[in-house]
Amino acid sequence: MSRTWAYLSNYLIYSSMAVYTLSFFAHAFETAWAVKIPDVNSAKVLDYKRTEKVARIATAMMILGFFLLFAGVIARGFSAGRVPWGNMYEFSITGALAFSGAYLVALRKYDLRWLGLFVSISVLLTLGTAVAVLYRPSAPLVPALKSTWLVIHVSAAIISGGVFLLANAIAGAYLYLDSMEQKGERTAWAKRLPSLEYLDQLSYRLVAFVFPLWTFAVIAGAIWAESAWGRYWGWDPKETWAFITWVAYAAYLHARVTAGWRGRRAAWLCLFAGSTFLFNYVYINIWGTGKHTYSGL
Amino acid sequence: MNDRIQLPELGSVGFLRYGWRQLTSMRTALILLMLLGIAAVPGSLIPQRTQNPMAVSASFKSAPGLSRWMDQFSLFDVYGSAWFSAIYILLFISLIGCVLPRTFEHFYAIRAIPPVTPKNLDRMEFYSTWLGNGEELKLARAWFKSKHFRIREIDGSISAEKGFTRETGNLFFHLALILILLGISFSSLFGMRGEAILNVGERFVNTPTSYDSLAYGKLFKEGKLVDFTLKINSFAASYNLETNAPQDYILNVALKSKDWPNGQRRVIKVNSPLTIGNTKIYLQANGFSPIVTVRDSKGNVAMQGPIPFLPQDANLRSIGAIKVPDADPPVGFVGSFVPTYQRSVGGGAISVFPKALDPRLLLSAYSGDLGLDSGVPQSFYRIDTTAMKQIGLKALKPGEVFTYPGGSITFEGLVPWVNLAIVDDPGKNFALLGAIVAILGLLASLFTRRRRIWIRVGDVVEVAGLAKNATPGLEQELAIFITQLKGEK
Ligand code: HEM
Repeated sequence: MSRTWAYLSNYLIYSSMAVYTLSFFAHAFETAWAVKIPDVNSAKVLDYKRTEKVARIATAMMILGFFLLFAGVIARGFSAGRVPWGNMYEFSITGALAFSGAYLVALRKYDLRWLGLFVSISVLLTLGTAVAVLYRPSAPLVPALKSTWLVIHVSAAIISGGVFLLANAIAGAYLYLDSMEQKGERTAWAKRLPSLEYLDQLSYRLVAFVFPLWTFAVIAGAIWAESAWGRYWGWDPKETWAFITWVAYAAYLHARVTAGWRGRRAAWLCLFAGSTFLFNYVYINIWGTGKHTYSGL
Repeated sequence: MNDRIQLPELGSVGFLRYGWRQLTSMRTALILLMLLGIAAVPGSLIPQRTQNPMAVSASFKSAPGLSRWMDQFSLFDVYGSAWFSAIYILLFISLIGCVLPRTFEHFYAIRAIPPVTPKNLDRMEFYSTWLGNGEELKLARAWFKSKHFRIREIDGSISAEKGFTRETGNLFFHLALILILLGISFSSLFGMRGEAILNVGERFVNTPTSYDSLAYGKLFKEGKLVDFTLKINSFAASYNLETNAPQDYILNVALKSKDWPNGQRRVIKVNSPLTIGNTKIYLQANGFSPIVTVRDSKGNVAMQGPIPFLPQDANLRSIGAIKVPDADPPVGFVGSFVPTYQRSVGGGAISVFPKALDPRLLLSAYSGDLGLDSGVPQSFYRIDTTAMKQIGLKALKPGEVFTYPGGSITFEGLVPWVNLAIVDDPGKNFALLGAIVAILGLLASLFTRRRRIWIRVGDVVEVAGLAKNATPGLEQELAIFITQLKGEK
């Protein structure tokens, strides 16, 4: 029975990769072929009416990919008889899910289709690495991980991670666009991007939105550590970096709210804070030592 | 808060006051916070004594000079070091000095009525004006009331304000940080944490001498150790047959305490400690103790009993030492134990499963001075054999005897051991309360907006607004407000 679920999960994840690939090509097509009609000044401007259909297909594929991946993650959970967050493979597929989910939710409210190219390629790369390098057969959890708080802690951390990365992508886009504008004109396709002001606000709002959730994730982790190890905080490398990420984002919010940082400086700080999160995930999970590093990734 | 640079007045009082003001400025607090983050980094990359003592001693062996130098800066004990504590104690003081006065200020501000409507509304944000019909003030008053704005009305104008929740939440968040820090210090002053390794069948009496390691807070009174005894009845570990990963550990104990004078059976598992009053008992680790009998050449028993061995990998290949200082001459055995034996490619013994399916005890016997009286602290699991002579080597199955010149050792069997952590952490509930308040405060502060809206009705109707910290959302709110006033649907 658990075998069947594991196979099903793998097929769903492969199919979602295929669909994300379609989404990626549709986004690429949209980006490349919107540049067509000459302006009155005979400069070329973008006409998104021409590619509107493709853009819609791109988003639809993204949604379909999301649901396939979602089903794949759930099936993985069924195959192991537990929440699917026991090793790096499972963290990665769930992380990719959270990232594209964060994008799709934000897309309902903000015009973010220009970011779809980046989102689809990063989801593809994450899933590709997960399937090719990190894959482990489905297995039950070691005793320390059997806790309701694990479910709460990890789901909060993964969702926060997805939104942090989205904020990072937008802060990155800000810096890119800003350097372009400093040099002179935006290139044609960069006209697709919203204003600098908008990007600046958006990455802030995303961070402000998930900062409490990240705070909660850290606290839930402490509660779990208390019940498993008898101490709620032990400066284990993973805990330490969760704390560093928290401090970095607190500094970012503070810099914006009380010191009035905007624009480039704020974007760099946002990127810095996000990279402490990534560092924790990649470096500490793979090369770190400590209670959070379970053998076999 | 007042970040203007002020030159110090002459005299020590002035200097102290200057120092205090600097320390409690928000900028300092944030710098300290960042410093705390940076200071936490080395401890996550360099092995720490509290987490990985083996790696620390390995580092001292491989690079003694560098390690000694690093040790001078407490780099193997970052989180207990003076400089790390200094940062968070300063942060703590800075936060208190910074947040408490704000709390009082805010307390007064909440009860104050909004300031009067400014003269020139057209200089404000989102200004709009139109010819009214005279009903606007009444409609505005009703709208403000229904939305719980606090209002001040003078001469045909209303000044309305809302969103103190933001500051309230913000203050609660910062106060909660203080509470968390208080909880942590309270734990380190009044708490205790000890560990004990117990073989199945043994009894543990909660007195300081029963522990293998025990650390109290500075203000913990020894008499405060709770009164209880534990008997380790049985321990069962189950493993996944395909991956060898542990699935469940179940420890059965009999507890005698004030509430259970006649004893009571209890189960301890990894995520469910046993609670006695404020003290909790956690199952931390487990392993095997080979049971051995050591005899001298005449056949007299020099030592008998289980000796805990220390696991080295997931399949519980373990190392240990058997020391018999009372034998004549003294003997010691450097041993390794594998629960499920297999020869490795290199010829050494490895374990291929963590259960005792085919156990072996590999011993190498030494005779000579064990160094127990030298005053140098000795590891329980190792022997310094530099002053000893190797006199034999053998792999034993249960029941087998190894005879060496001067005596023999019998591998009788084995028994599991468990490592229990016994913890009293009186500050943790404060820290938890602080954490909960911090999150609620954050939510209140990040998801509410403080803003003012003005309306003046004269020859024309004028409306304007101002959002603190330029938080978005006011424009839409004003649009709704104006639609209401104009009575449009
Ligand atoms: C010691 C002096 C400190 C002062 C006076 C202070 C004051 C403030 C103020 C005035 C705000 C903005 C409130 C608003 O208008 O929205 C704020 C926000 C914030 N502070 Fe502090 N703070 C201090 C230290 C800290 C520390 C040590 C942390 C540690 C994490 C911290 C974390 C935050 C966070 C996360 C926010 C964001 C909330 C928001 O965006 O509204 N603060 N603080």
